[in-house]
Amino acid sequence: MTDAPLRRTPLYPAHVDAGAKLVDFAGWEMPLNYGSQMVEHRAVREHAGMFDVSHMTVIDVTDGAGGGEALALLRRLLANDVAKLGAPGQALYGVMLNDEAGIVDDLIVYRRDAGYRAVVNAATRDKVLAWLADRNDEGARIEERDLAMVAVQGPAAIELFETASGWTDVTGIAPFSMREQDGWMVGRTGYTGEDGVEVVLPGDAALALWGQLADAGVRPAGLAARDTLRLEAGLNLYGQDMDETTSPLVSNLAWTVAWEPEARDFIGRAALARERAAGPASKLTGLVMEEKGVLRHGQRVVTESGEGEITSGIFSPTLGYSIALARLPRAAKGACEVDVRGRLKPARIVRPPFVRKGSKVFD
Amino acid sequence: MSEIPSELKYARTHEWARLEEDGTVTVGITDHAQDALGDVVFVEQPEVGAQVAAQEEAGVVESVKAASDIYAPVGGKVIAVNDTLEDAPENVNEDPYGDGWFFKIEPDDTAELDELMDAEGYGEMLESEEH
Repeated sequence: MTDAPLRRTPLYPAHVDAGAKLVDFAGWEMPLNYGSQMVEHRAVREHAGMFDVSHMTVIDVTDGAGGGEALALLRRLLANDVAKLGAPGQALYGVMLNDEAGIVDDLIVYRRDAGYRAVVNAATRDKVLAWLADRNDEGARIEERDLAMVAVQGPAAIELFETASGWTDVTGIAPFSMREQDGWMVGRTGYTGEDGVEVVLPGDAALALWGQLADAGVRPAGLAARDTLRLEAGLNLYGQDMDETTSPLVSNLAWTVAWEPEARDFIGRAALARERAAGPASKLTGLVMEEKGVLRHGQRVVTESGEGEITSGIFSPTLGYSIALARLPRAAKGACEVDVRGRLKPARIVRPPFVRKGSKVFD
Repeated sequence: MSEIPSELKYARTHEWARLEEDGTVTVGITDHAQDALGDVVFVEQPEVGAQVAAQEEAGVVESVKAASDIYAPVGGKVIAVNDTLEDAPENVNEDPYGDGWFFKIEPDDTAELDELMDAEGYGEMLESEEH
């Protein structure tokens, strides 16, 4: 950690006004909660909540002098194939790999009228910007944008976003795509397992939108609720469930790897192909524990096929008991035990997600 | 700023202790502690009848965010635990000095209470931790 002053998003004054508990997150002074993360979590599952995600890094990648450089660079950097984005407005989730097929970061890439927009994590900003610059043999233009970002999530999110912003026909934006208008980008994406939008827009507009959303009845929600919501939705957190030592094959992200066309030589492909051929040693999967207690990051998991470890664990506010993501031996299934503070407690291996659109979804 | 009632005694580990008229000591966690933990979801209590020593682990409080040990501020026998926390752990957040109490101890030596901090001392400790 450095002693550099914490960065603040354009929504900082609104967080202070709302009585947020502010914490250092990746060098940003961000709201952890506005009183109760349980209340905020439920608001997103049952109605609508909004998150300041302006700390995330927005990077625009456009062509250089010749044309085609942006697509060529992204096709080499991502294990998913950006060429799948057939038209402006479409988006794709993927990971960037190192030569050993470890995950450098996960990101969403949006195709725009001209070029692409990537949204990457806040904690990996410096690393990713350097990663892109160092590997830009194609000569694409890479520009970090100083834009705010607000996520509005929940069953009532889209309706209330329309009320607050004046945007119309937002349900006409297909899931995992976006529309750009008047300097705003509205994507039908999120990190909660609920319907909703993520809006990338200038800082002053974000502050106004935040106030209008609050007036419309959308509850501010902090990083703590964001974490319980994403884990219920079975979504990985970079740096916790995956990092440079784990490949997508052992991070429940094999679906984000585009093996076809075979000629596309993305960074990490050779190592990833070897791992696939040999059979990955482990897998990232889900655990539930209906006993009293809470599963936590780093706890040891004992299965009939060997031991593993919890990568993220929480008390699930929706389910009323604890859930986790864990990296376990590939063959592990069914019953297992978790070392909770020195005591082995019975738990069960399930396939994530745990909750989608407000309801339990695993067997 | 968190609430620190002047009539209570405080441990460095953020438990409060109240000497009752009948000579027993009621124990809970402070307003500062509940705020730092966030929403409490489980409380693991000591057994009634168990003997505990001062500064010894007597229970666990788990919030959505973290697990934290509860230490006995004074030694003695556990004579009661707050069973309502089983179904309503949120009482710890909502009323840390009232309905959110954890357990009662019959102390071996009430003089151990004198080794705890008063409200002023605890307040100063919190302030120094913040800087």
